[in-house]
Amino acid sequence: MMNYVIRRILATIPVMAVVALFVFSLLYIAPGDPAAVIAGDQATPADVERIRASLGLDRPFLIRFGEWSWQVLHGDLGTSIFTNLPVAAMIAQRIEPTLSLMAVTLAFAVTVAVPIGVVAAWRADTLIDRAIMAFAVLGFSVPVFVIGYVLAYVFGLQFDWLPVQGYTPFAEGFGPWIENLILPALALGCVYIALIARTTRAAMLEVMQQDYIRTARAKGIGQAGLLFVHALKNAAVPIVTVIGIGMALLIGGAVVTETVFAIPGIGRLTVDAILRRDYPVIQGVVLLFSFVYVVVNLVVDLTYTVLDPRIRY
Amino acid sequence: MNPPPVITATAPEAFSPATAPGVSTVLAPAAAPDLPELLRPVAPGRGLIGWARRHPAIAIGGVLVLAMLLIALFAPFLGTVDPTALSPARRTREPSAAFWFGTDMLGRDIYSRVLYGTRVSLAVGFSVAMLASLAGLAIGLISGFMRRFDGLIMRVMDGLMSIPPILLAVALMALTRGSVGNVITAITIAEIPRVSRLVRSVVLSLREQPFVDAAVAAGTRAPMVILRHILPNTLAPMTVQATYVCASAMIVEAILSFIGAGTPPTIPSWGNIMAEGRALWQVKPHIVFFPAAFLSVTVLAVNLLGDGLRDALDPRMAKRL
Repeated sequence: MMNYVIRRILATIPVMAVVALFVFSLLYIAPGDPAAVIAGDQATPADVERIRASLGLDRPFLIRFGEWSWQVLHGDLGTSIFTNLPVAAMIAQRIEPTLSLMAVTLAFAVTVAVPIGVVAAWRADTLIDRAIMAFAVLGFSVPVFVIGYVLAYVFGLQFDWLPVQGYTPFAEGFGPWIENLILPALALGCVYIALIARTTRAAMLEVMQQDYIRTARAKGIGQAGLLFVHALKNAAVPIVTVIGIGMALLIGGAVVTETVFAIPGIGRLTVDAILRRDYPVIQGVVLLFSFVYVVVNLVVDLTYTVLDPRIRY
Repeated sequence: MNPPPVITATAPEAFSPATAPGVSTVLAPAAAPDLPELLRPVAPGRGLIGWARRHPAIAIGGVLVLAMLLIALFAPFLGTVDPTALSPARRTREPSAAFWFGTDMLGRDIYSRVLYGTRVSLAVGFSVAMLASLAGLAIGLISGFMRRFDGLIMRVMDGLMSIPPILLAVALMALTRGSVGNVITAITIAEIPRVSRLVRSVVLSLREQPFVDAAVAAGTRAPMVILRHILPNTLAPMTVQATYVCASAMIVEAILSFIGAGTPPTIPSWGNIMAEGRALWQVKPHIVFFPAAFLSVTVLAVNLLGDGLRDALDPRMAKRL
């Protein structure tokens, strides 16, 4: 077991190395002259040279990559071209709203999606099942910013129940904090709920055909116990897997949701960086989120043995 | 779905052609007359209507996609004006008989802009689906057949897949000048790993099939095995995957344009129209509403088409998802 954990942790190193190499070499393989693109159309040749030097594009690729990797491993994500501040500090300043949004969305989505997936499997091929699956297709199809605007329009402007923009730090109390996050989390959660509910239903349908479910039913276990204890436990592995994989949707969606609801988080930082073509910031954000994604999926892998003791390594 | 038949311990002695396993001898004679009721004669509908009734998802999705395609093709003839024509005198008009979808803050006709925007969305969706499928097919085949490269290719794909697709596209777009071509390239690169993985897994399972063994035993050379035996069998899952890639590419394009990293603002695309309406959405929601509705309906249509194709091409999967 310990062996497996160590091997699994070591296996994330080449993955992160590929991510780092890719994000870094984009500067070199991008068509045209990235320094000129970043500098913009009004830049003088001197500006372009300054940016080229600050990105290190005037030095050989391998040397530059070595230096940069060394810095990244020490927590130095480079310096913003626009503000001249360290990228790591800029991200640290903006991380709380984004983490809050993602945590609330994750908690809310899982609590909603798993039960409706179970119900859909239990009532397979009935009207309830069809309705839930139709919702799932809809959740996949309506982009997160469209859902965001609809929710903000209905609950924010028409009914005036909830604030439609901004963020209140957690330090100022749970009430104001959650109030600002409800609509963004609902919007961001839709596609995630659709994904998890669909997978839950599929996994449950598979498990419900097993002999031990029939045995449990024959023993006289109630429907709820059967579904949520016996069946769900055995369907847990694919569900947890898709929760991990779906984090990619959550991360990408967070950037857009923050734009719709004017939340000053990392998404907002990214969008500002795009407008200013501040590549070091974008590089830092991509690295950080990829790292988060890899770690989440590592944790998911490690929970398999807990969820299903038959899995041994 | 019925539970699998149970063979009891006494089955071997009791077994006879008349009593199938699982049907107890007491019930068997009674169950027989019920059969005609249980298995009603299948009455397949004739013609297009019958086909559409059997595959409602394909029919609805297909019709909607076709409608969008026609809108994209015939945008200039559908009562539109120049979608980039400015008219400061009539800014932010509400929808009316003259301006069906209203006007934006530069006085441009939103109806025309949305209709022309269909072109960008469909072009990006279809191009990315095609290019990502072709590249994914090539990479998946190499990985599945030239096992020496498999480890390396899959590690690279694992790495690319750990970058959330929208962020990957954002990083690519930040370094290139905004153009539809660059948007297509960026989204294609973000989608390739998933397609490659799918092709590889299909190829690996096909390699174990008896008909492939038979072809190899009969002396068929590897390129011919791939061409005649492997490729045709990857077609069905690839088609389904391509529709999902198309839907996802349309969403990513809209998101990129919405956050200012996509199609240049001079080209009307749904994401751009929404980005322009962003500042005013609380007072003039119609600017955001119409492109949002078109985008959602189009993506929904493509997803329905994909679900329908999946169910039609692989009935075993139909039950599961």
